[in-house]
Amino acid sequence: MEKNLALVLLLSPFVGFLFNIFFGKKVSRTVSGAIGTLTVVLSFLLSICFFSQLNQSGKPFEFSVFDWIQVSNFKLDFGILLDQLSLLWLLFVTGIGSLIHLYSISYMHDDENMHKFFAYLNLFVFFMITLVVGSNLLVMFIGWEGVGLCSYLLIGFWYKNQDYNDAAKKAFIMNRVGDLGFLIGMFIIGALFSTLNYAEIKTALAAGNADTALLGVAALCLFIGATGKSAQLPLYTWLPDAMAGPTPVSALIHAATMVTAGIFMVTRMNFVFDLTPDVQNIIAIVGALTALVAASIGLLQNDIKKVLAYSTVSQLGLMFLALGFGAYNVAVFHVITHAFFKACLFLGSGSVIHGLHGEQDMRNMGGLRKAMPITFWTMMISTLAIAGIFPFAGFWSKDEILMVAFEHNKVLYVIASIASIMTAFYMFRLMYLTFFREFRGTEEQKHHLHESPSLITIPLIILAVLAVIGGAINLPGSMWLTHFLEPILGKHEAHALGTHEFMLMGVALVGALVGILWANAKYIKQAFVPKSDAEITGFNKTIYDKYYVDEFYTFLIVKPINGLSNFFRTTLEPALGKVVFSFGSLANGLGTQGKKIQNGNIGLYLFVFVIGVCAIITYLFIAQ
Amino acid sequence: MSPILITFYCLAAITLATAFLTIYSKNPIHSAIYLVLCFFSIAGHYLLFNAQFLAIVHIIVYSGAIMILFLFTIMLMNLNKENEVHKPRITRLGAIVVFVVTSIVLTTIFINSKPIAGEYPTTGEDFQSIKVLGKILLNEYMVPFEFASILLLVAMIGVVLLSKKEKPGK
Amino acid sequence: MNNILNQIGIENYIFLSVLLFCIGVFGVLYRRNAIIVFMSIEIMLNAVNLLFVAFSTYHQDSEGQVFVFFSMAVAAAEVAVGLAILVSVFRNLGSIDIDNLKNLKG
Repeated sequence: MEKNLALVLLLSPFVGFLFNIFFGKKVSRTVSGAIGTLTVVLSFLLSICFFSQLNQSGKPFEFSVFDWIQVSNFKLDFGILLDQLSLLWLLFVTGIGSLIHLYSISYMHDDENMHKFFAYLNLFVFFMITLVVGSNLLVMFIGWEGVGLCSYLLIGFWYKNQDYNDAAKKAFIMNRVGDLGFLIGMFIIGALFSTLNYAEIKTALAAGNADTALLGVAALCLFIGATGKSAQLPLYTWLPDAMAGPTPVSALIHAATMVTAGIFMVTRMNFVFDLTPDVQNIIAIVGALTALVAASIGLLQNDIKKVLAYSTVSQLGLMFLALGFGAYNVAVFHVITHAFFKACLFLGSGSVIHGLHGEQDMRNMGGLRKAMPITFWTMMISTLAIAGIFPFAGFWSKDEILMVAFEHNKVLYVIASIASIMTAFYMFRLMYLTFFREFRGTEEQKHHLHESPSLITIPLIILAVLAVIGGAINLPGSMWLTHFLEPILGKHEAHALGTHEFMLMGVALVGALVGILWANAKYIKQAFVPKSDAEITGFNKTIYDKYYVDEFYTFLIVKPINGLSNFFRTTLEPALGKVVFSFGSLANGLGTQGKKIQNGNIGLYLFVFVIGVCAIITYLFIAQ
Repeated sequence: MSPILITFYCLAAITLATAFLTIYSKNPIHSAIYLVLCFFSIAGHYLLFNAQFLAIVHIIVYSGAIMILFLFTIMLMNLNKENEVHKPRITRLGAIVVFVVTSIVLTTIFINSKPIAGEYPTTGEDFQSIKVLGKILLNEYMVPFEFASILLLVAMIGVVLLSKKEKPGK
Repeated sequence: MNNILNQIGIENYIFLSVLLFCIGVFGVLYRRNAIIVFMSIEIMLNAVNLLFVAFSTYHQDSEGQVFVFFSMAVAAAEVAVGLAILVSVFRNLGSIDIDNLKNLKG
């Protein structure tokens, strides 16, 4: 029974996908959207069932769907594991997924390919569930690749725009780089332990007979995989471009769920990373640097979704910082709260874009507070949450990360703090530019300004509520989440709430307030509006152009590859072609000459035949 | 030299000579007559082996049926003239060379195989009378026997179709 | 009954068959007249038949003779069909010189 329910949980979105891809066009858009949504809601309800059951019994539920690979002593089955970690992920993937599906019904209603959109979205949820519930690395890899595929399909959803296609390809290719790391890491682990099952790897590691050096390489490779999927340095540039997709996609895939796959994977393999402190240091440093770099780029972006994208990269960086210090529970905590408020922010920005009929440039917004009150208030709450203002969810989780960083490494703590001050600044910059002061768009846009329909605002409100109370799951006093994850992550000492901790909280709060006030001073008091692209100069331009990282990659990788392929095309291919063609003309010439022998003269044929028979007989019976 | 060996040599000489003359004579009618002689001498060989049934069948089929067919064809085509143009000299020379080579090769194979000369066993069993052959043919070789009859039937139909005169204008 | 081969020897028969067979090959190559070519083929077939019978006696086994039997049946069919083809060739070309049959050229 449980097995069947688990399979229903897994396959329900897939059924939705099949329905929408094959019959979506025949039914009305509302039906197609409703089916897409209901299948995900079903998964969500089942997740809740499993969750409450696990909460009571405390025993993870693992079973094998079928035997998959069996090569000598290497055995692998298609296993499903529902334990604390995977259920936690399932809850917010399917939960937020349901909300965003609901939102999309309204948001995508005017799109002629809406059924396709829902099909892809369902497929994404299916792969994400696969990624999460797999009981070994290979099943996770299926999901890992699958969500990459869906990400590609959805970024390039409006495929008529070439820029969007390029963005989709960029995302896919950069993810491939990371995936290669994942694969290699998986191979090494498979070679070391001749299994890929988490529990078995853990047991083997506990026995303590692993080659640490090789294990380090494996951990590093896995981390490279995580940097690809979770948009960390140096592979983060795809995520901002991925905003080309429809806004619900950005909210679901590129903010709340898929990009946290890297964190999930590192948390899942925590027993491996715990044994490789060097790799952990790398993770921490990469995370901190990503947080800082992405936050600084976010300071000057004018596209409302780009700001949120860089903010996502920056927040992911903070999560990796926590992972690097071995504080997996803290990272998971931030993943969850971040999913709430970032999804809310993206959906809110979607609502704004919807209200302005596709306008994404903040320079052409402003004063939307009155026209879109619900959107404004929900986004405001989420902004306060991401900025880390007491007592919103973001405050608790971010504060935990900063505390962990403070304990382990003061330099990284400072970097992370600067990043969070920047976060507060650019988020309020976004709010001020979008919702306050005068409207700066065209008259026609102003005329059409309206609050979005209820299908859009309801998910916003739910997410905003979650962004307020989400911190409750791991309040410093109760630490429910940490205790819940103990079977997987081991015991973590709860922080004693001393003066030390309160001081750190105070510092974080003050930092956030500084960022807000700074933004307030600049954009409300001075009424500053970002200049048009051409007028930006100096260091600002460097930041505005994202430190020229894309150009650097173009110069370092794309250009040489282009040059190489040009060389192959213009020089090597004709040369090779000549060789190949010469074989052809040789055969042709031989044929032309050989044709003359076949002159139709039976007498000659008979001669040749008899001589041939003689030769064969001689060879067979005499020559030997 | 036993009388049987002398008989064999006489028969062999006739066989080879008539075979050669079949090929060599210019008039096709002569060729056919030499071939009949050749077949008769081969039947003589069969008799020497005491295979009477085979000898009779050989005479009936070859000398009787096949050779009559040949003669009919020759006469039908009105070919009893010695007007055949010889092949070019080089071809004839080549044919002679091939003849020699083939003979040498085949003979060499035989010599190379180092046959064990000696007594030839005699079981005393009857193995070639009509009675025995008939039993074998209709027991062990029943299916091939039937196939042979089908083959002959098909050949007959084919021949009728082939030699039918084409209708004019078709 | 005495084995005839004790007085003649199997090798004599083999040489005879080989020579007969080679004469057949020679005829096929030497002559242009398709009917004579056919006769040469018959000679070759007979050479093989003779060898069959000789070895049948050698092994004191009747299977060789049964084979000769079938080979005769096939030869009869072959001659009938072959001559029919020759007749129709002669009708179409007015000659049965095989050097004139060059339609085999592709």
